[in-house]
Amino acid sequence: MAADVHKKKGWEVPNGSLAPGDGQHAERSESPTPGLAQGTEPGAGQEGAMFVHTRSYEDLTSPEDGAAAARSPEERRGEPAEPTSMEQISKDFSELSTQLTGMALDLEEEMRQSKEGKLEPSPQTTHRDSVLSGKEEEDVTMDAWRMHRKHVFVLSEAGKPVYSRYGSEEALSSTMGVMMALVSFLEAEKNAIRSIHAGTALGGNGMWGLMACLAVLLPWATLAVPRGRLVAGGRGCSLAPPCSPGEPGLQVCPRPSRGTPSQADGYKVVFVRRSPLVLVAVARTRQSEQEIAHELLYIYYQILSLLTWTQLNHIFQQKQNYDLRRLLAGSERITDNLLDLMAHDPSFLMGAVRCLPLAASVRDAVSTSLQQAKAKSLVFSILLSGNQLVSLVRKKDQFLHPIDLHLLFNLISSSSSFREGEAWTPICLPKFNSSGFFHAHISYLEQEMDLCLLLVSTDREDFFTVSDCKRRFQERLRRRGVHHALQEALRTPFYSVAQVGIPDLRHFIYKSKSSGLFTSPEIEAPYVREEEKERLLGLYQYLHSRAHNSSRPLKNIYFTGPRENLLAWVTSAFELYICYSPLGTKAGAISAVNKLMKWIRKEEDRLFILTPQTY
Amino acid sequence: MAQQAMPDTSLGQMRPTYIYKVVLLGSTSVGKSSLAYRYVKNDFKESLPTVGCSFFTQTLNLEVATVRFEIWDTAGQEKYHSVCHLYYRGAHAALLVYDISNKETLNRAKLWLRDLEKEFLPDEIVIALVGNKTDLAAEREVATEEGEEFARTKDLLFMETSAKSNHQVNDIFMAIGELCDSSS
Ligand SMILES: Nc1nc2c(ncn2[C@@H]2O[C@H](COP(=O)(O)OP(=O)(O)OP(=O)(O)O)[C@@H](O)[C@H]2O)c(=O)[nH]1
Ligand SMILES: [Mg+2]
Repeated sequence: MAADVHKKKGWEVPNGSLAPGDGQHAERSESPTPGLAQGTEPGAGQEGAMFVHTRSYEDLTSPEDGAAAARSPEERRGEPAEPTSMEQISKDFSELSTQLTGMALDLEEEMRQSKEGKLEPSPQTTHRDSVLSGKEEEDVTMDAWRMHRKHVFVLSEAGKPVYSRYGSEEALSSTMGVMMALVSFLEAEKNAIRSIHAGTALGGNGMWGLMACLAVLLPWATLAVPRGRLVAGGRGCSLAPPCSPGEPGLQVCPRPSRGTPSQADGYKVVFVRRSPLVLVAVARTRQSEQEIAHELLYIYYQILSLLTWTQLNHIFQQKQNYDLRRLLAGSERITDNLLDLMAHDPSFLMGAVRCLPLAASVRDAVSTSLQQAKAKSLVFSILLSGNQLVSLVRKKDQFLHPIDLHLLFNLISSSSSFREGEAWTPICLPKFNSSGFFHAHISYLEQEMDLCLLLVSTDREDFFTVSDCKRRFQERLRRRGVHHALQEALRTPFYSVAQVGIPDLRHFIYKSKSSGLFTSPEIEAPYVREEEKERLLGLYQYLHSRAHNSSRPLKNIYFTGPRENLLAWVTSAFELYICYSPLGTKAGAISAVNKLMKWIRKEEDRLFILTPQTY
Repeated sequence: MAQQAMPDTSLGQMRPTYIYKVVLLGSTSVGKSSLAYRYVKNDFKESLPTVGCSFFTQTLNLEVATVRFEIWDTAGQEKYHSVCHLYYRGAHAALLVYDISNKETLNRAKLWLRDLEKEFLPDEIVIALVGNKTDLAAEREVATEEGEEFARTKDLLFMETSAKSNHQVNDIFMAIGELCDSSS
């Protein structure tokens, strides 16, 4: 059962470079310019990185899972020459901004209107006609269920429910059957993603509306509708060909017009098929299909982390209509937690890991202690606090994938059982090796301290050795006298954006691509309420999806809205998203970017892990 | 049985230390973790299902010896069954825990017993059947006599406990400790 750490196919990268480039530190500039090569940007590790290189949405675009973990060669080669000065950037922004402001305003308006619950006919939108016009009778008892912003279902290919985010799977099994029929209908190839935009007629009626749509699509499918009469009228749906080759999302129905105020809320239905499972999201969020599909993949990986891909496939090969809920019983809360986390924590969107701000000397002492408390069977030693990384030491030549680390974060944050004793549990890191289990030793260092130690071993028999590593680590921490400093740092796990000293700057996310780490201040006023925080993340999501759109990626995006302005800047070395006051000018934003980059450079050894250790 | 005798220099005399490996087995949410926590910390708090296995130790300084319990609190969820044998290998004692307010959990405990019988010879391991949650008297589904009777036919130690109200939790560990001792 021990995972084979030595042979990892997915790492045989075309360009032969497994380890992210050992940054050319000599060129670390004081004032970073956009011309920075990957590996020299602020936050880039000085002695290589800890993580496998990733690309946004890589799992969606790669045909096979195993091959996904590698750095995409085109990301290195295919980039057009970077602009080299702030003036150039400034020029780029002015060229792009007109167009994008328009787009953004459109989005902003949608957001505002959907929030207020009404929508004036907007002249500048040129959406095509509604595909479906029908009247469905509302099933009032389902109202609460429909109110949720994102439903997530997992089902087996045989149509058996596996997971439902809200409500019992039992009640939904008829719906599942219909979804299955749709999935097989839409399916051109395995492991594909399909999405449907369902607006107007569907919007008001959620699932039942969806089923109506499906009824039109699938006249032969049997619809079992417990309550409420469905009238799926209109002109019927037509299937459109895939938008463009290589584009994972396929819009089945064109987005309907948004003429009627009460029907403003559109649903997006996104399917991801990863044999033997099918994952479906019915979302009212403004995320792109790619983003929603990306989240569904996280759910898939989460299931793999409990069972392994091998076991999952074996089960369904033995028995096609196996009820997987039996095996997953008790893990629903882990999946629930993951979905909640993804709605709040930008880590998932960025595909990167956030570090606990910590003085470099303290972090180095922690890392060295961790490095010295090694054992033969250990592959990764990870110290984390909340969902932030404190230190990570890895076996030489072994790289962790950010997705795997996110899954570990989620596992730990969704279970209080690790608070007591020492846990020793089989765990699959699906991006590292989806066919085997590692054994993880999980424990908190101290009762009242939010500091969790994870020691990942290849040997399930090695509990006592690994447990002793923990003891030795703690011993060393004490002897190095960093315990107190660590405790201090834990008291302020987030920093304030005010530290940057840019008055109009409200928030930002900065990711160093070569290290796979990102930094971001605490979300502060005016984003106080949960909805406001989610709205901000929604704006970042929007910019991120625009920046990574597979058919037309954008490198600079300037977004103006009534409540805030945002700016996104994506280069081959880093990604930066800033949010600032709506009163700020674009010129102001650009100089803010300059200043912010300098600040990040100055603080990089506190905000990032620049010298990751290995054993 | 496997135990280690070590000199305790502080007392200037040989005082043996006995290490007993105890494994807790049973369906999910019968209260295995709660029993372990009650025994080790003398406290009760709401807990979430165990992931994999939790390891606790409890050291008793008795007059004649030091006894160290190494407690392996396994996860009752089905997906972990395939790894459970890892945890009970080499155990000196096993607590088969069921929930007196849930009949099905007793049946499940009986299945665990069969697994143990495959792995161990009768004199290799001390096995106790433990009916937990006696504080839920109103919801009782398994009569005391039923558990008692089954334990007698299988020659198991038997006790009913409540981790919540601290009923006989210490007692059951003391009882297995004594049996481990006498069978060694
Ligand atoms: N009333 C009552 N509740 C108890 C008692 N012991 C445990 N519980 C409750 O039963 C639930 C499950 O307890 P756990 O100790 O987590 O159960 P477990 O056997 O460890 O479950 P797994 O780790 O999933 O195998 C929790 O809500 C406990 O609070 C008890 O003696 N009386
Ligand atoms: Mg437990």
